[in-house]
Amino acid sequence: MINILDCKITPELVASHGMKPEEYDQLLVMLNREPTITELGIFSVMWSEHCSYKSSRVLLKTLPTEGSCVIQGPGENAGVVDIGDGDCIVFKMESHNHPSYIEPFQGAATGVGGIMRDIFTMGARPIANLNALRFGDPKHPETRRLLSGVVAGIANYGNSVGVPTVGGETDFDSAYNNNILVNVMCIGLAKTEKIFYSAAKGTGLPVIYVGSKTGRDGIHGATMASKEFSFDSQEKLATVQVGDPFAEKLLIEACLELMAGDVILAIQDMGAAGLTSSTSEMADKGGVGIELNLDNVPQRESDMTAYEMMLSESQERMLMVLKPGCESSAEKIFKKWGLDFAIIGYTTDSDRLVVKHNGEVHADIPVAMLVKAAPLYKRPWIETSKPEFIPTSTISTPSNTIESLKLILSHPQGCSRRWIWEQYDHMVMGDTLSRPGGDAAVVRVHGRDKAVAACCDVTPRYVLADPYMGTKQAVAECWRNLISVGADPLAITNNLNFGSPERKDIMGQIVSSVSGMGEACRALDFPVVSGNVSLYNETENQAIPPTPTVGGLGVLRRIDHMVNLAFKEEGNVILLLGPETGHLNQSLYQQIIIGSLSGEPPPIDLLEERRTGDFVRKLINSKKVFAVHDVSDGGLLVSISEMSLAGGKGANLLEYNGNLSTQGVWFGEDQSRYIIEISSVDSHAIIKSAEEAGVKSRVIGHVCGLTLMVGNEKIALEELRMVHEKWFSEYMN
Amino acid sequence: MNVCVIIFPGSNCDRDIKLALQKTAGFKVTMVWHGDSEVPKCDAIILPGGFSFGDYLRCGAIAARTPIMRCVVEKAKSGVPVLGVCNGFQILCELGLLPGSLMRNSRMLFVCRDVYLKVENTDTPFTGSFEKGDVISIPVAHHDGNFFAMQDTLNRLEGEGLVVLRYSDEAGAITSLANPNGAQRNIAGICSSNGRVVGMMPHPERACEMVLGNTDGKLFFKSLKSALTV
Repeated sequence: MINILDCKITPELVASHGMKPEEYDQLLVMLNREPTITELGIFSVMWSEHCSYKSSRVLLKTLPTEGSCVIQGPGENAGVVDIGDGDCIVFKMESHNHPSYIEPFQGAATGVGGIMRDIFTMGARPIANLNALRFGDPKHPETRRLLSGVVAGIANYGNSVGVPTVGGETDFDSAYNNNILVNVMCIGLAKTEKIFYSAAKGTGLPVIYVGSKTGRDGIHGATMASKEFSFDSQEKLATVQVGDPFAEKLLIEACLELMAGDVILAIQDMGAAGLTSSTSEMADKGGVGIELNLDNVPQRESDMTAYEMMLSESQERMLMVLKPGCESSAEKIFKKWGLDFAIIGYTTDSDRLVVKHNGEVHADIPVAMLVKAAPLYKRPWIETSKPEFIPTSTISTPSNTIESLKLILSHPQGCSRRWIWEQYDHMVMGDTLSRPGGDAAVVRVHGRDKAVAACCDVTPRYVLADPYMGTKQAVAECWRNLISVGADPLAITNNLNFGSPERKDIMGQIVSSVSGMGEACRALDFPVVSGNVSLYNETENQAIPPTPTVGGLGVLRRIDHMVNLAFKEEGNVILLLGPETGHLNQSLYQQIIIGSLSGEPPPIDLLEERRTGDFVRKLINSKKVFAVHDVSDGGLLVSISEMSLAGGKGANLLEYNGNLSTQGVWFGEDQSRYIIEISSVDSHAIIKSAEEAGVKSRVIGHVCGLTLMVGNEKIALEELRMVHEKWFSEYMN
Repeated sequence: MNVCVIIFPGSNCDRDIKLALQKTAGFKVTMVWHGDSEVPKCDAIILPGGFSFGDYLRCGAIAARTPIMRCVVEKAKSGVPVLGVCNGFQILCELGLLPGSLMRNSRMLFVCRDVYLKVENTDTPFTGSFEKGDVISIPVAHHDGNFFAMQDTLNRLEGEGLVVLRYSDEAGAITSLANPNGAQRNIAGICSSNGRVVGMMPHPERACEMVLGNTDGKLFFKSLKSALTV
């Protein structure tokens, strides 16, 4: 019998579950009766934006998800790409924005824990973490607290589990004041013949719960992530989960030990919407039903109801279906690691999710209703209007190039992020070949002469100005960063952070952004294999800038293909490859020196991007290149400064005598560009071959001394370093 | 030659140090579970870095009370060389095999970076191949590496020459700027009175390959090899 608690299902109760009246009507029609409170809870999380992707599913289908390297595209816990020799990489990015705003330490920590579980669920050992963080104005009273909490949370979790945090990016913008973004990415290494999936095929099989006990934490996290914020969101503290990296470490070791054998049929982590989502997904993919007996769920607190257990988001838990007869050998492994192991149900041939507790049925729902029949919206949208261009001639700009450089490098947007990444253990596991601070992190494939490269990129100010072009740029920059370390770019994961899709202008951003992403991915053979959508990132009607974070993955077939950005040898030639138009609109220069952003973001010609990137890649593999760096935020001179600082070597740059403005040349953010360091002996031949390949090039200067010289202006490297390093630690102290 | 590495739940540098022992000095390495009561016959014991038992209670406190530790203490007392790195150092202090304790870093933040170290004691089985006064570079990665002991203990350590490593600048000067965690007297590593038990916060196993940045860590394992070969 269905247990109807005293709790009456009122319109208010439905609304408090984040469910629209018309969605509830749809539910009533499907179920043909009033739901129990537990059922209402289950529907509310499964039909939430976070779990159902109801506003974005239609659009996401347009993204390219196939390629020669793709083993598993979107739809599983994470994407899988082949890196040869029987090895594959499992990777994904996910947001933990709202929890991190409410409780930065735990919010960010459990974000890291959650994304790692997505990875090792598939049989991969996590080998690297990255993150993309967006905070409000540094002057906002909450920013320091949020920043220090988020960084400490990420550090605490990743360091303790023993997975290096190797890279990422951090931005400040007042538009994130009340809605910070915490996007975390994890990369794992697996064997191609040992990938584990979540489809629970076969009936009468035991459904096993392993990991930590279930408590009342995180109830309704997924629903919270699917709503706008209000200033009373601080009261939502109880919806934030609490992480235990120690339990996660044990869970990783126990799961990988179990996976080494041949006993698991299906496995799924309990992430957002905990037991509800994991059982529904496993049943739906396997085409079976699942009957749960919640009496057997390991519980941290007494007297938990079925509703609470089904909606709890307690961390460090997994669900799996084992081959019959393997229960006791599996249990032994989990006991050794001090983890709970319980049979909480069986697969059935009923195609229904049945939840029993204390001898009563609390839910009995056809699985398809929860997953395939979830609402789907094609929301109305309007195109983003092109931003107005304010001619720079009306604004006085400093003529001193070095002064401008110093202002950019010491600005919160342009300064060193050392304060952050020194808190991350970026070396544990002994395979970090390129530490944070470069274009992309490079991590060796353990025990092999090859490596993978990874990075996170997006420039929200470009995307805000033009969602289509700005998102193309994010994909292209990510691709370029992988090329810059000597990798062959393979595939991406994404994290689409936007405001409310119920607003036409925001939906317009989403539509254009996904379209730009698709186009760039197709042009660069850079398929999307996994991702996450985070909508409703707004507080009191103030939406965040559209932030489609792109997480890229590449492979270095040999370790000696690796190159970094540090200048190496006195006298070497510094060569710029790629177009030069002096595009200052939407640049850091415009933001920091001129004081306001205007105009369109730099355009991208994807054919040129591809051509230039392929040329650089060939050049790197021919070992003719000493250092490579892409030109991005801040433009040419900022990139050269970074190369100088990384190598501890100065540069003598030629005075620019062309037709473009000096500021445009040094600080313009034209795309598809690289700076390379080559020997003077090779320079002539390289310039010639660039020309033959249709790649523009210009000699910028040469590596020289301990000073950065631009025409007749100069600055000592030591001063430049101080300028670059100063802001962050002073701000945080 | 066999070296035992003790694994606790939460250890995370066990694999790294196993590789360093094998690759730099050709040791046979046996991984030993904390729940065992016996350490197999071996020539040296390593307590690796990590977060044993999640650093709950105090760093190293629970690990120090695991079944295997009785045997580790016995072996140490009989002269078997024991090295504790990072969390291993914390465990050695909790065990009482080394004096003092490791407190939270003075800046209250986790710190992961290369540091310079001055080698001051070359009479231990792990530092014999260094020259006294050598300045080396090795990474640290810890939240609780701020070495603390009472003044008389510190004076005894100094008096008996039991300070093995000190944080220094590139030229070997012991400055507060070179100190990453606020450790008293810039102490990064110490040894027992007989020199057989060494604890250090920096991670030598992370500095054994040029492709990872540097190779100054190799000499710790090569020293052990030489010490055991004599």
